[in-house]
Parts: sequence; C-alpha cells; structure tokens
Amino acid sequence: MARTLFQKVWDTHAVRTLPNGQTQLYIGLHLVHEVTSPQAFAELRERGWTVRAPQRTFATIDHIVPTAAQARPFADLMAESMTSALERNCRDFGVRFFDLASGGQGIVHVIGPENGLTQPGMTIACGDSHTSTHGAFGAIAFGIGTSQVRDVLATQTMSLSPLKVRRIEVNGRLRPGVYAKDVILHIIGLLGVKGGTGYAYEYAGDVVDRMTMDERMTICNMSIEGGARIGYVNPDQTTFDFLRDRPYAPKGADFDTAVTWWTSMASDPDAAYDDVVRIDAADIAPTVTWGINPGQSVGVNGRLPRPEDVAPGDRAGISEALEFMSFEGGQRVEGTKIDVAFIGSCTNGRLSDLREAAKIVKGQKVAAHVRAIVVPGSQKVAVAAEKEGLDQVFADAGFEWRRAGCSMCLAMNPDKLVGREICASSSNRNFKGRQGSPTGRTLLMSPAMVAAAAVAGEVVDIRTWDAHVPVGA
Amino acid sequence: MSKIESAQGHAVAVHGDDIDTDRIIPARFLKTITFDGLEDHVFEDDRLEAQAHGKVHPFDDPAHKGAAILLGGANFGCGSSREHAPQAIKRWGIGAVVAVSFAEIFFGNSLMIGLACATVSPEQMADLMALADANPTLDFRLDIAASTLTAGDRVIPVTMPESVRSALLSGGWDATSLLLDKYEEVEQLAARLPYVSGWDRLSA
Ligand code: SF4
Repeated sequence: MARTLFQKVWDTHAVRTLPNGQTQLYIGLHLVHEVTSPQAFAELRERGWTVRAPQRTFATIDHIVPTAAQARPFADLMAESMTSALERNCRDFGVRFFDLASGGQGIVHVIGPENGLTQPGMTIACGDSHTSTHGAFGAIAFGIGTSQVRDVLATQTMSLSPLKVRRIEVNGRLRPGVYAKDVILHIIGLLGVKGGTGYAYEYAGDVVDRMTMDERMTICNMSIEGGARIGYVNPDQTTFDFLRDRPYAPKGADFDTAVTWWTSMASDPDAAYDDVVRIDAADIAPTVTWGINPGQSVGVNGRLPRPEDVAPGDRAGISEALEFMSFEGGQRVEGTKIDVAFIGSCTNGRLSDLREAAKIVKGQKVAAHVRAIVVPGSQKVAVAAEKEGLDQVFADAGFEWRRAGCSMCLAMNPDKLVGREICASSSNRNFKGRQGSPTGRTLLMSPAMVAAAAVAGEVVDIRTWDAHVPVGA
Repeated sequence: MSKIESAQGHAVAVHGDDIDTDRIIPARFLKTITFDGLEDHVFEDDRLEAQAHGKVHPFDDPAHKGAAILLGGANFGCGSSREHAPQAIKRWGIGAVVAVSFAEIFFGNSLMIGLACATVSPEQMADLMALADANPTLDFRLDIAASTLTAGDRVIPVTMPESVRSALLSGGWDATSLLLDKYEEVEQLAARLPYVSGWDRLSA
C-alpha cells in the first residue's frame, strides 16, 4: 500500500505497542543541549542507568552561551554551572560533546545538519521544540521534554502515538523579496498557530522542490509555531548533494547505498493524506508579525486586523496583542520604528541567511538609534562567513558580529531587549517576554527584512525600499 | 508505578487562548539544573503585568490559593518543549489541567510527569471558568476513569485520548520501565536499520 514518508519512517522504527496503548519508537539520533538535559542525566545517575546508545547521542551548548565574551568561567555563574554539568555528563556517559573548543559548537539544529548527522529516513529527538528543523532532510524529528530525554538516553526509544499527515503544497513562483521565512509565516498565518495540532506537515510543491536545504530548514523549523510537532520535506537530489562529504554522512559505496534507501523512504506518489492544502506562491508577500504569537502576521504593507472586524471568539486575543504591542487595528506595520535588529537563530542563522542580509547592508549604515547584532548559527557558519568577509560587511555597517549561539532568540544569555524596546528579529517566536524583557516587543521577519529595517531604522518593504533615500525624506 | 485516578480541589481559571510556555515559565527561570523552586515563578511575567495594571493574576489571588485544577483556553501550552512548564504548574499544586485544547508537546510532557490533561468544549469551558471565578472555593473533581469533571453539582464529560487515560489509571505514564521491558526487541529493530547497523548490509 502507498505510504507517506511519515508512515514509512514510523513503521520502520516502531518496536512494539506498549501496554499503555502507545507505540515504542526507536530513535536514530538524539541531540542534547544544556537546558533540557541536566535533570534527565541526574535521573539516570539516581536510577543507575547508562546512556544506551552513546554513539547515537551528540551534545552541544547553545541556549545560554554568551556571544560576546566567551572566556571561561562565564560571568553568569548559572550559565557556567549548566555548562560544566553538561561537560561532566558527556564525559561520564561517553557522549560526543561539540563544545566551544571543538570548532563544531553551535545551535543544535544547525550543527546536526552541517555535520551530516541528520539524514533522511531517520527518527530524531531533541529536548527542544525546533527539532522539527531536521525534517528538511526527510527525517521524522520530535521536540521532546526532559522526561522523554531521560527515556531516550536510557532506552534509545520513546513512547508516543502516531500523527496524521497534512501535505502543504506551495506552487508557482515566489515574488522577488519573498523568502522561505515569508512562506512559513504565511502558512502559519493561514492555518493558525494550532492548525497543525495532531499533524505532521509534509511540505511540497514546486517552490519547495526548488528550495535549498537551508530554505527547507527554515520552513520545517517553524512547523511547531503552526502547532505541528513535525514538519518534513521528502528527500531528493538537493538533500543528497548537501549530505555528500559531510563528516558523519556515509562514504564511498555506502553513500550510494544510502541514497537508494533514502529515496525509498520518500512518500509514494499515490500516498493518501489526511489533508491537503495548496498555496499559490504569488500570494505571499514579505511577511511580518505584529502580535504576540507567530500566527499574528500580515504582509508588510497590509493592514492590521481591527478587533471589531474579526469573529467574536478571536476578539479578545487580537485586542490583547494590539494593546501589548501598542498598535492600532487598521494600521500598517510598515513604518514601525525599531530599536533593535537581531539576525540569527535556528530559523535564520545559517550562511545563506547571513549572505542575504549582508547584500542589503553592504555599504549602508545602521540607523543611529538602532542596536544591531548578527549571531551566526554555529562556529562553522561563523568561519565560513568570515572567509567571505561577511563579518566585515556587517561591522562596517554598524552591526555587532558575535560568536555562535541562540542569543536574543530567547535571551537566556546577556543579549536581551530592555523595557519596551521593539526588535526586528529573524527568529521564530514573538511571545510576550520572549526576548528577555517582559514588556519587550518582537517583530518576526526574514533576515533581509531585518537588515533593511536596521538600516532604515523602521520596518520597510524591501520590494520598494531604496536604501539611498533616507526614510521619511 | 503510581496510578492516577483523579484530581480534586478548587479550580483556578487562566483566561485566554494560546497561553504559551514562555508565559507559563519565562526562559530566565530555565537557568537551573533541577526543577526545584519553579513553582515560585509560574506565570511570573503575567502576574507582574497584571500588578502593573492594578489587577490580580489568578495565581496571585489569595482566593485561589491551593487550587488543584487549572482551567485553560485553546492551545494551552503552545511554544517550547520545556518540561519546566508543566513542572512549574504541578509543583505549584495543580493536579490536573482542563482546557479547550492543548499544544501537543505540552500535553505529552504533562503525561510524562503525571499531570492529567483533559479537554472540554469552548462553551463548557466558558461556564466552568465563570463558576470558578465566582466561587473560588467550589469543589472540582476530575474523575479519570469516568471521564467527568464535577463542579459543585454539575457533572461535565471530558475528553482524553484512550491511551492517556489508561496510562494514568495503570501507572504506565511513567513509561521508562515499559520501554526497558523486552529490550531484546529494541536491539533486533536497531540491527535492521541500515544507518545503525551499517550500510554494507543493504548492499550485500
Ligand atoms: S535559536 Fe531559538 S528557537 Fe532555536 S534552539 Fe535556540 S532558543 Fe530555540
């Protein structure tokens, strides 16, 4: 019978049905970071368990690393103790740790793919909701909580129930100035932040087929913002070309064998889906969030909803968001003055993102009132960008060029908004307080749009913006 | 394995849909290597925001102190996979969350720590929240086997996936021991996966 990739991977990894009715699923790759793992390792010690498959477990440090001064011990003592806890846990349990000294440290969802650890047909788990990113390779990748991290460490399996599959096809041509980030913001705006609950999202269509792996990762990354725990793209030649020669990818004849198996795991052409959504690429504009969840977005020159114009059930949510953001219903987000610009995160902190942003800022200056930082997604991304001179382009324009980490995506390190500051951000969440100030405000957009906003000092439409004409002149 | 059959006590309503995990427990409180003390910071920024507006967040309201059942809207717990969120709620004293709907990872994380989650319709939730707001000392009882929520003299059916109900009732929510049972089956499966056991086995 024809099956989707999700069903094939599920069937291949299902050990048995547990007495609790859920499925015991084998996990092919377990990625670990410092925030959600210490309690899990502590329980392993308490119960006298080992890490069952240390060779399938990899750790890095990303959430709490300072991105300015990285000398140890860190100034933040709690960050230091979380780091040393992970060091000790990796040492004691035999887990490979991509630490700061390794040259391979970075955001967990950036280093898995860049090392070739993330491969098609795998099951992947990580104590982080953006694990969905790895689905870009045709893997089934679950964000899990700490108790499940413990289960995967101890058993290399976890207990869960299957999902339905929704195929989301994006067809046609994206308009100039429209990026993968806009595509996923558009999808979330369309289907809602809970539209994906109970589903895995399969992204397809000729736009997705033409996308690079970096772009596919941006899309899959934000599946969780649409309520879908998992998002994936069927593996194809683009996937295989990306993986070839990566450190952990199969080598030589094994690579060809792997390609055959990977190809066999893709959804069958006649597979049945629980739902299909079709989107015309031409309908997608550079998209910006205006509210306090990633579904509250609008085309950059569209108008914000008015509470009185929406369904009664949605009114309170819209009013709360408008009030928190100090926006009026009916206004445009274009022209909103910003205080901070952040380029980075597992959504948009890869080399291609930095290249797009650098194109915009080259020869420009960040507006005098804007604090702007670029945080590469990994040490390898940083090195590659520096080799191309991107760090200099950013520095010349007045951006701070930082070391790799999550940084202002969730502000667990010293990079934070202050007070009511508004941040144009290439990250994935605009929740209240997300960027470190309980009253701070976040506008999510593509890295190119962030770069333009940094220069203009306000949100602009990159399709029409001319950097040489001062805004407001 | 401890069996969980019910949760009983006063209810506290957290109004609004899409209550995300950054609101339940802001990221700065994740800087810890244990879950101890998280209960002190549950909904911290929302509580501060309420205070700044001269309002009282339900988790600060003395009338709701000691509540055992949290009532929530749609998509409760959306956002990150931080187990710190259900941990903070549970450690505050909540034994069950009844909402219109849940974000998936939050729902799974709650089950993993024995925090029962059940859903009711939006209309029923509006009634339940009004009841809890008006009578903070009204007794609520979630009966997992019967799939009902009793609020004073009202009995409302709740929805819970069958696997979750049986996991709570049997004690199988703490799944690690189930996963370790018959471990040879896991090893047999791993040996069949080419990326685990070696690609050359496929080409042979
Ligand atoms: S960059 Fe942001 S979303 Fe990604 S893993 Fe780090 S904190 Fe999470």
